[in-house]
Amino acid sequence: MNATLEVTTPSDREIAMTRVFNAPRRLVFDAWTKPELLKRWLGVRGGWTFAVCEVDLKVGGSYRFVWRGPDGTEMGMRGVYREIVRPERLVNTEKFDEPWYEGEAVDTMVLVERDGKTTCTTTVICGSKEIRDSVLKSGMTGGVAESYDKLDEVLASIADGRVSAG
Amino acid sequence: MEAGAYREMSPDRLDATFAALADRTRRGILARLASGEASVTELAAPFAMSQPAISKHLKVLERAGLISGGRDAQRRPRRIEGESLAGVTEWLERYRKVWEGNFEDLDNLLEEMKSKEKTRRRKKR
Repeated sequence: MNATLEVTTPSDREIAMTRVFNAPRRLVFDAWTKPELLKRWLGVRGGWTFAVCEVDLKVGGSYRFVWRGPDGTEMGMRGVYREIVRPERLVNTEKFDEPWYEGEAVDTMVLVERDGKTTCTTTVICGSKEIRDSVLKSGMTGGVAESYDKLDEVLASIADGRVSAG
Repeated sequence: MEAGAYREMSPDRLDATFAALADRTRRGILARLASGEASVTELAAPFAMSQPAISKHLKVLERAGLISGGRDAQRRPRRIEGESLAGVTEWLERYRKVWEGNFEDLDNLLEEMKSKEKTRRRKKR
């Protein structure tokens, strides 16, 4: 299955991602919330693995993720679960360890199941536009703003050699 | 700037770039410049905006290193700094790809979880 990942910025404080998975939502929910399953897919490409993956799945409970890269570099984040409605909704805060990362963001994941397939929508709401940009820079939490599609066109034309590169 | 040089872009520079790209008019200007150099007058033409207003947008784009040109603010044609833009886009693309990669791995995991469930159900019967 080759599902497309849709990334939008509904406002200058939000990043939304939508993706359809060919599985019932209880499995998707488990994959997002159980350490032994998270370790199999979240940020574990290119030689990166989880050094720490702890989840205390209850309202007010926290999670802690630390990834380690092939060269030993570590990247960590943490947050607190605010709402847990298994298997359809999960709300948690998130904060990266990086010093340039400002403030805290709130992630909401909604799972809608239809004919055995699950539409997963995650929305990251940030305290400010600056925090949103921090989230975008994290490389782990979201994607490219819809508004950059225009830029893609510009770049495609540069790549084609239609425009001199500077 | 070389490919991959986005890694070396300072946070300040990235902030300036993001701020520059956050505006519809400025993205329009970039799109116009992608098809070739243009003067301020030419750039202002498609927008219902005064030349000074367009000049302000150009200054923001210049500060972000996205375009160059024009010590003589009115006459020198502006042009796009392709490599600088490519650096930013590479950074943004990498970002999207991280999640696409994650989700491909999740697809595989879910397939495995589904088949395990089926096996378990069969055993129960």
